[in-house]
This record gives sequence, structure tokens and C-alpha cells, in this order.
Amino acid sequence: MFSALLVMAALAIVLGAVLGFAAIKFRVEGNPLVDKIDAVLPQTQCGQCGFPGCKPYANAIAEGTADINLCPPGGEEGIQKLANLLGMEFKPFGGATVPKPKSVAVIDESTCIGCTLCIQACPVDAIAGAAKQLHTVIVPECTGCELCVPPCPVDCISMIPIEENITNWKWKYPVYALTASKQAQ
Amino acid sequence: MRTLYKFHGGVHPPTNKTQSNLTPIAQAALPSKLLIPLHQHVGSSAKPVVEVGEYVLKGQRIGRPEGHLSSAVHASTSGTIAAIDMQRVAHPSGIPDLCITLIPDGLDEWIALDTCDDWTTLSHTDLRHRLREAGVVGLGGAVFPSDMKLYSHKHKIKTLVLNGAECEPYITCDDMLMRERAGEILQGAEMMRALLYAEEVLIGIEDNKPEAIAAMKSAVVAGNHQRMEVIAVPTVYPGGGAKQLIRVLTGIEVAAGVRSTNMGVQCFNVGTAYSAWRAIRFGEPLVSRIVTVTGNVSRPQNYDALIGTPMDELVAQSGQLPGTTGYIMGGPMMGVLMPSRQVGVIKAANCIIASSDKLFPTAKPALPCIRCTRCADVCPSELQPQELYWFSKAKNFDKAEDYHLFDCIECGACSYVCPSNIPLVQYYRFAKSEIWAREAGKKAADAARERHEYRESRIEREKREKTEKLAAKEKAAQAAKTPLQPVVAAANPDADPENTMQLKIQTAIDRAKEQAAAIKPKNVEQLTPQQQAEINDIEARRARIRELAKDNTDAQP
Amino acid sequence: MSGFFSPFITKPVSVSQIMLHVLLALIPGIAIYVWFYGPAILISLTLASITALVIEALMLKIQNKPLAPYLKDNSALLTAWLLALSIPPLAPWWLVVVGTAFAISISKHLYGGLGNNPFNPAMIGYAVLIISFPSHMTHWLTPHGLAEIPLSFPDQLNYIFHGMLPDGVRLDAVTMATPLDTLKTQLHLNTQLKDILEMPIYGRMAGIGSEWVATGFLLGGIYLLAKRLISWHIPAAFLGTLFITSGLFHLLDPSHHVAPLFHWFSGAAMLGAFFILTDPVTSPTTPRGKLIFAAGAGLLTYLIRSFGGFPDGMAFATLLMNICVPLIDAWTQPKVFGKKEKQP
Repeated sequence: MFSALLVMAALAIVLGAVLGFAAIKFRVEGNPLVDKIDAVLPQTQCGQCGFPGCKPYANAIAEGTADINLCPPGGEEGIQKLANLLGMEFKPFGGATVPKPKSVAVIDESTCIGCTLCIQACPVDAIAGAAKQLHTVIVPECTGCELCVPPCPVDCISMIPIEENITNWKWKYPVYALTASKQAQ
Repeated sequence: MRTLYKFHGGVHPPTNKTQSNLTPIAQAALPSKLLIPLHQHVGSSAKPVVEVGEYVLKGQRIGRPEGHLSSAVHASTSGTIAAIDMQRVAHPSGIPDLCITLIPDGLDEWIALDTCDDWTTLSHTDLRHRLREAGVVGLGGAVFPSDMKLYSHKHKIKTLVLNGAECEPYITCDDMLMRERAGEILQGAEMMRALLYAEEVLIGIEDNKPEAIAAMKSAVVAGNHQRMEVIAVPTVYPGGGAKQLIRVLTGIEVAAGVRSTNMGVQCFNVGTAYSAWRAIRFGEPLVSRIVTVTGNVSRPQNYDALIGTPMDELVAQSGQLPGTTGYIMGGPMMGVLMPSRQVGVIKAANCIIASSDKLFPTAKPALPCIRCTRCADVCPSELQPQELYWFSKAKNFDKAEDYHLFDCIECGACSYVCPSNIPLVQYYRFAKSEIWAREAGKKAADAARERHEYRESRIEREKREKTEKLAAKEKAAQAAKTPLQPVVAAANPDADPENTMQLKIQTAIDRAKEQAAAIKPKNVEQLTPQQQAEINDIEARRARIRELAKDNTDAQP
Repeated sequence: MSGFFSPFITKPVSVSQIMLHVLLALIPGIAIYVWFYGPAILISLTLASITALVIEALMLKIQNKPLAPYLKDNSALLTAWLLALSIPPLAPWWLVVVGTAFAISISKHLYGGLGNNPFNPAMIGYAVLIISFPSHMTHWLTPHGLAEIPLSFPDQLNYIFHGMLPDGVRLDAVTMATPLDTLKTQLHLNTQLKDILEMPIYGRMAGIGSEWVATGFLLGGIYLLAKRLISWHIPAAFLGTLFITSGLFHLLDPSHHVAPLFHWFSGAAMLGAFFILTDPVTSPTTPRGKLIFAAGAGLLTYLIRSFGGFPDGMAFATLLMNICVPLIDAWTQPKVFGKKEKQP
């Protein structure tokens, strides 16, 4: 009885020492969790989560001060990924945060006055132009964050949802036809 | 006798080829209009270079290749451009794409063609350029721009494989082309061999096409082609897949993501060789191709059809039978159902099958997978389709990739043998396109992150530089005070470059204001209330902008 | 027409047909069974079939799945037949009903139904019965010619449904332990192997009657192989391992270990090799995996038969190897076209 206890205690001490040694020996520098979270986030830098960009939000999630369901551009798939990464339960979007279809900003060239306010607002430098020059959105770089919309003094920026075309078209999930009603037409 | 190799699996569906290969290739009648899509090839879409209402001649370029991987598009006959707009195209999605509508004038008048009696006098670069400008793409179905495949990096290519296997049921266009135009195919092959610096040419034809094999063999002898061999390969689907044919003829296995050229082989369809030859020898761009029209029609037949011919007009020439439910482009194993019967024939259209419920009954409801592994037994890529199905169905895409989803060639052999009627290939297509989309999203996110971080660092740097400059200035001012002779210039705030800028802006604004005040508004005497309201509105907006602009300039230090 | 994708043609083969062929392949074995033991087995086959279909329909109904395609797939019938063939024919009617019901409802449908069950349902049913009702599971009918009193068909019916035997007949008089069971008991009693095998219940290779039933299943198995409904891997690896292991022990100690052929033609070895282990749902999918799986089952069967507490090891060997299937599959992924390495 006593010897068993002794053995167990010894075992615990040895294993604890191994764990402690491993923690020091294999210590990872930096904060990989933040980077991992940041990698999951869509990088729109839109601030819809209430943080000034994706990295700050990732930091907040890592610290546990922010919820995982605050990122509308990431969609429910994004929440699912965060939940998996952090070993948490999936949480649906709450309140005002709802995902929207992916869009790009389009500047109405007849209205633009060339004030550069949108250029300053764009988090990814996706608007080209100079003072008193017509501005235009570099569409492939636009993340659809909508940050350029409010500063525009003449309301010439609109968000246009990206439509499905031949290049970005995806094959649909096959209908798993087992019931007569669901059978492929 | 050459030793042939085997590939794993394969199936033997009913070939149904004899319906359409008994009569020679017919010239299709000139259609009432041509619907020519600008994106018929792998790579970027061609850009239209004609305008609506313009008169074009047959063979005139109407779409310019855009970017590295692209191909030109030509007017298939002479006539007038009626429209350049979004139309339904031969694509499974049914999504419209940019098309040029051409109304033929009935003359079918060729543009002046740049013929070439001896291609050996042309440089390889010139040959490739001519192929690109002639819009020559792979006609086996992949429509990859041929010029891009005719490079030989470090002259490593030993074998040119010419694919005349045509393993898909129903299709006979390559069969008929080989029977009737063998000589020209081989001329094209010679040219391709020279471009690739390949030593030998192996022409693989499935042994269910004895006439084509005989025709090609006699053409090899007649043309006195050296180191060129016509080889009968066993009939087994998908023996005509490029990877499978290369394996059968050479024993080389080209894995997914590996270029066959790195392994010393390049593969072209016989139709591509023919079109390449026509393009160089006669300067004819790719404006027509051989199309098998079969299925629910009274006279199945091969046609030399113009690119852009509406499919229903082509099928009508073969006598479409009642009960036709739609058109399938390609064969029954890998073909796609057309979203509309009016879509134009494209360069990839080797076959149009009028489908009916009798020919292709609607799929039975799928039962669960019982892991019988019939699919694995027939998979030519030696995959485990039942595992891929499981992962694709569960949307476990990482796992699906681990199990080599992208080695799947979508030949359909697994679905063909599945006793549970599971649309396996459909699951793989779904999983593949989801993974592609996800990767594209990931790439975009990474690019956005990089741009954002760069922007942040730039702003940071600018701020730092400004404070440094300020500090330096203060230091200079301090230094200026202590010595006896005061340096006025350094202390003068106006001399500061930023302040001068500020001043300039201010004067510019003032000048603009003066100018605005000087210009009296004209035509304001008789305004409707509506116009007046609009003017007020505009004035208000201007005022707001000025306000904002002022705020902005004030905010700047 | 949307939702209609290539391939537009399919080979005319269905799960239902495959299962039907497997059922057909069982018929020679069943015929020989009837020849030697009388028609009692037909009663348990019928009982099992009806129970299986009723429970299957009930479970489908509960899960709101369509009845017709599933009931027509014949998979429930196959489970029922395999179970009925594994238990004594002269057993109370409720035994086979309980076993089949458990097999279909718990081990098949609660695990997700056709295609998803990790364990062979028939073997689960057998395991449940032998653990819950061991005494009922040992009364096997004595083959013709050996029984002190031959039991007529009405007598068999009467016993199965009412538990009544003809006057003056005890159960022991018409039933016996299986040849494997007898062998084990007698060896425990330190009887010489030579003497045991001279007992009247043993024939040329194994038990009189039962060796011929096994031959019937072997014939059915050859039919399945010829029809390419099963691959050679599982039967070959199973019978091979069983032969080699038993042969090895037989060579080392012939006085305590019977010859390999005895093992082949005793108990459920033949049935297992061709019909039970080959169940595609619960066996590995890769060729190498099938070999490992069946070899493991062969070894376990031998070990349980020779050293374990149960007379036959087929059921437990199957179930134990069923557990390993996902692991075996993951480890034995074959090489892919053009790739040198194996799967992850």
C-alpha cells in the first residue's frame, strides 16, 4: 500500500519534471496563437469587430477579451474555424453582426471630387488617386471592408456585391437523393 | 513489337461509336448566326478587337489574346458583328460569358491568309507566335493553348505522344479525322516534334478503330516519316486520358502537378496536330472543328462545323428525334449537360449528344456507400474513391487533399461502377472547387495582410520621420540661439517646407474662393422650383466639402 | 435537367443484386445443412428473415428514411441469414428473434445504418446471444444417423415454438455439443486426441455433417470469387493463417492439437472466410489491409478456439478485427498513380 503510493508519487514527480523540462526546452518564441488566429481571420481590416484591424482582434481573442463571433466577413465558417482552433463551442453571430455577401467598393467617377479622404481610410491601399485627381478602386486588392464609404464627402462610393461568373463559379454540393422528393430533377 | 504498359483499373462501357463513324465527315451548313465566346481556352479571356456593326471576313481576328496564357479568337465566317454581350455559353454553370454574335453574309469569304510553304524556314518563336495568333488550342477537350505546350526546356523531351485513342463512348471525331486527313495530322506532328526537339513520335489509337489505325499507318509510310509509330492500344476507358496513354505507350507515370515534359514526354490530340498544321501551312486560324453529332438523332454523323454554330442548328442537320431532353457536350462519361440548346460550338466541343430519357435515364437515388471498393478497383489514378467520397461529403477538405483528391482526373469510372449510384465525381468536383475557392480566399487574405502591414509600417515611418525632423529643427533652433549671430532663416517658420506648403494651399484655396466669387452664376433667372432645389442641394454639398476640407487641413500639423 | 451530371451512364449493378448473389451463394451450405440436420434451420432462417425485415422497417420509419430502397437492398436479409446459420437450429424461437432484432436495431441502425456500422451485425447478434443465453447456444442438433432418437419436423417445430419435446425424450438425447466444443471439453478431461477423434461424431476431417456443411459454404465462396463479388484477399489470408497456425501447433504437439483441415471444416471457419469477414462495410478497403485484417482474424480464431473460453472464435475474432479496420485502412493506403510514396 505504502510502496504503491510511493511509486505513484515518484512517477508523478518524474513526469512533472519531464513536462517542465519540455516546456523550457521546446519553448516557442513569440505568440504563435495570435498568428494562428490572425491566419484564420479574413484580413479585410474592416474593424467591424470593434478592433482597429484583424491583428488587434486576433490579439484580443488570444487574450480572451473578445468573443469569436464578431467577424462578419469571416462568416460562420470563420467562427467554426476559430472554435476548432481554440477548442471552443461554435457561437452564432449575435446582435447587429451579420455576414454580408462579399463586395467591392466602386467609386462613381462622375461624382468623385478627388478629395483623397477615401485613400486615407483604405486599410490596404487599394484606392489609387491623388488630390483633385479622380480616384479609383484597385478591385483585386479591395477587401470589401467599407471603411472608405463613410468618409466620402459626396457619397460617391458604393459597395457592389461580387457576382458569380464563369471563373469563380463553384460546383454545388451534390443532392444526396434518397427521398423521392429530393431526387435530382 | 513494342511492349505496352498497363494502367490500373478502367471500365468497358458500351462504346456506341458505330452509329456515327459509318459516313464520312460532312461540311455543316452555314448557320443563321454564330455565337463565339471569347473564353474558349485555358487562361485569360481574349479581348474583343471589333465593334458592333463591323464587317469581318472569315478568319479575321475578333479577340486578341490577353496575357501570357491566352489564345486568339477569330470570325468563323464572313459577316457582320451583331452584338458583343453576355450570352449563355457551353459551360455547366449556365452563367453568361462575353460572346461575339456574328451574322454570316453567306459568302464565307476568307481574309488574306499568310501561307507558308516550308515551316522549317520559320523560327520556333515565330511558329509559336503564329499558333497563338491562330487560336490553336488542345482539341481533345482540355483547350490548353498549344503554343504554351510546345516549349522544350533544355531539350529534355524524348517522346511526343499523339493521342488518337478516343476512349469515350459515342465520340468518333478523332477516328474520322484520322481516317480522312491522316497525312496532314502527321505533318503537324512533324512540326510539333521539331518544336519540342523530340526524338520519336508515338501515335496511340485504341484497337477498336482498325480503319483509323490502317489509315495512319499507311500515311506514315506514304509521308516517309521516320521514328514515328502508330500503336494500337487496348480499348479500355479512360485509356485516352493523356496520363493513361503516356503510361500505356511509354511506361511513364505522370503524377498530378507534375509536367509530363519534365519526364520527357509531351502529349497532343491528333486534332490539335491537324489544326496546328493548317494554321502554319495555310495560315488558317482555328475557325472550325470536327464535331460528332449523335445520340437521339436519326442520322448520327461527324461534321466540320464552324466555331460558334448554335448547337441546335447543328443537331437539326442530323435530324433530331422527339424526346430529346438536352444536349451533352463531350461523351457520356465526362461530358457536360449544356445549359441551353442554343449555345455555340466551342473549340472544346468534340461531340454533341442529344440526350433522351431512354439513352441516359435520370440517376437513381443514391444509397449509402457500402465500401465495396469497386470504385477503387477501377480508378485509373489508383486512388481510394470511397475515402475521397467520405471526406468530400463531410466537407473535410484537408483530409480529401491528403488522400490525393487532386490526382483525380474525373474520368467517372468510379461513378460508373458504383452499385449504390453515388454521384462520386460530383462530390470530387464540389470538393475541388471548394478547395480552389478557399485557396483563392487565403491568397487574397494574405495579400491584404501584407498590404495592411506595409501601410501600417509606412504610416509609422512617416510619423517617426516627422518627429525626427521636428526634433532636428528644434535642435537647430537651440543651436541658432546660442551663437552670437542669429540665423533668422532657420527660425523663420515660413521657411519650413511644410509651412510653405500650408501657405501655398491656403493661397490656392483663397484664390479658388475669389474665382468662385468672381464667376457669376449664369442662367439663374428663370429656374423651376425643382432646379432651384437641386442647386441648393449642390451648394449645400459643396459647403460641406469645404468644411471637411478645412477640418482636414486644420487637423494637419 | 439541372443536377444531371456526368457520367450519364452507369453499370447496371446494384447493392440489392450484390446482396442477392451472396444470399444465393449460401444456398448450397443450407441445403447440406437440411440434409444432415433436418429442416429446423429453415424455420430459424424464416424467423430471422421476418424479424430482420420488420425491425429494419421500424428503424427506418423512426429515422424518417424511405423504406423501399433500403428494404430492397437485401442487406438485412443477409445479416439475418448469417446469424441464423451461426446459432443452433433447435433453439427457442425467441432466441433467434432477439438476436436478429439486436443485430439490426442496435449494431446496424444505431451506428448509422447500412454502410456505417463498424461491427458485423450478425456477429454482434451472435455475441449477445452467446453471452446472454450460453446454455441455449450449446444445444446443437445431432446429425442424421447419430441421434439416439430421430426428431421429426413437427417435433422440431413443437420444440422451437412451445419448448416441448416428445414424451420421454430429453434434450440431451437429440442434441449435442459441436465437434469443436467436444474437442475442447475432452482435451480438458485429458482424453487422448486420437481417442477423441474416434468418437462417432467425427468424420473424415472434422465433425460428421458439419464438415459437409462447411464444404457447402466453400462452394458458395468459390461462386462469389468467380463472380468477383468478393476479392481473394480475405478468404485466402484467413484460411491461410488458420492453416499455418494450426499446422504449426499440430506439428509441435500432435497429441493435443488437431490437424489444420479440422479447423478449416469446423465451426464457422468457412462461413466466416467467405461470408462474414468479407462484409465490405466492416472490412478494410485496401488490398493490403484486407490481408492484414483476415490474417489477424485467422490468428485470433485459432487462439480463441485452442486457448480461449469459447468453443469457436470466429465471432469474437471478427469483432476484434472490426475494431482495427479504420486503423488498418489508414496504414495501408496504396500508392497513387505517378507517386512514389504511400498515403499519409
